Amino acid sequence: MDNNWPLWEIFVRSKNGLEHRHFGSLHAADADMALENARDVYTRRNEGVSIWVVKSSDITASNPDNNGELFEPAKDKVYRHPTFYKLPDEIKHM
Amino acid sequence: MSNEQIKNLEEIFEARIAREEKIEAKDWMPEKYRKTHIRQISQHAHSEIVGMLPEGNWISRAPSLRRKAALLAKVQDEAGHGLYLYSACETLGVSREELYQQLHSGKAKYSSIFNYPTLTWADMGAIGWLVDGAAIINQVPLCNTSFGPYARAMVRVCKEESFHQRQGFEIMLKLCNGSKEQKDMAQDALNRWWWPSLMMLGPTDAESVHTEQSMKWKLKRKSNDDLRQQFIDQTVPQADLLGLTIPDPDLKLNKQTGSYDFGAIDWDEFWQVVKGHGPCNKERIRARVAAWDNGAWVRDAAMAHAAKKDGQKIKIAI
Repeated sequence: MDNNWPLWEIFVRSKNGLEHRHFGSLHAADADMALENARDVYTRRNEGVSIWVVKSSDITASNPDNNGELFEPAKDKVYRHPTFYKLPDEIKHM
Repeated sequence: MSNEQIKNLEEIFEARIAREEKIEAKDWMPEKYRKTHIRQISQHAHSEIVGMLPEGNWISRAPSLRRKAALLAKVQDEAGHGLYLYSACETLGVSREELYQQLHSGKAKYSSIFNYPTLTWADMGAIGWLVDGAAIINQVPLCNTSFGPYARAMVRVCKEESFHQRQGFEIMLKLCNGSKEQKDMAQDALNRWWWPSLMMLGPTDAESVHTEQSMKWKLKRKSNDDLRQQFIDQTVPQADLLGLTIPDPDLKLNKQTGSYDFGAIDWDEFWQVVKGHGPCNKERIRARVAAWDNGAWVRDAAMAHAAKKDGQKIKIAI
């Protein structure tokens, strides 16, 4: 029988002012059921005020094998950080 | 990939773990790491799911609404813990269907403790106090394990687990402060659950086949014998407080080590239960398989409903 419920990724906003954060995943037949299940599985103790559900198959993820070309170029660009710039001691805050 | 390249990757991988770096699902990992994690995480998930059965037995017979609400919440937590863990396991490329198949066919194991029967209400107290107590000792170190999805699931599990132990201890305390019959019932439950709880922490270090590799991958941070000693040392004073006697005539405080010496564990019984010959092995799997099979039409109907709704959306869009 290939009638398995698809996988959904669950994102929860813990409280207003914070972003939705990935909490985990679960299986559900459709988005409405995914929301209801997410409420029971991930927010039994007031962990959230808002839930997003996204079908796992709709997520495009970067491949860790490409981490070098993706993320390493940022490493040698120290001039993007404020500490790269020397200021005279007289200037206390900038 | 050549053998040498793999060996090189393995060295880099082990070094990452040694540096306390986390491994995430899509990272390269040795096949053995993947397999060992699928085995351990799924066993853990199965234990949560099967663990609902001995307690579910008592929900309708809880002695008060307060107890009933607490037990219901505890069993619901166990379902939740099973789901966190199955999801973590699935990130390793195994399907939920496959994991259930392994449980239902008897290929996968779950904790041996759930193959013992729950005969009286006091068993709900003893399970919370002892079984969840032993589980917490086992689980806390896993919050720092090397595989990210497992570690994150364990943080959530451990946060929720301490209420389980407390509600169990409270049941025992109430019984111990009650009538003679109630106290006898508590003692009887302790007598039956004590040794299985010690066995639950796994075979002795000498017999444990996976320990060394698991220590390296931080799937295990303390040996079974160390965990068992920790459990005994923490539980004996609690039994004293309840006024109950631990059913071990050899149990006594060792003044030199500050720990309790204890009697021989019946490992034959443990292996019998692990191999499927415990008092309730067949009953547990039968109940689990029946629940899954009897729910098939609901799952199918939900999928049919979802497909129908999807079809309607497409029509409106056109």
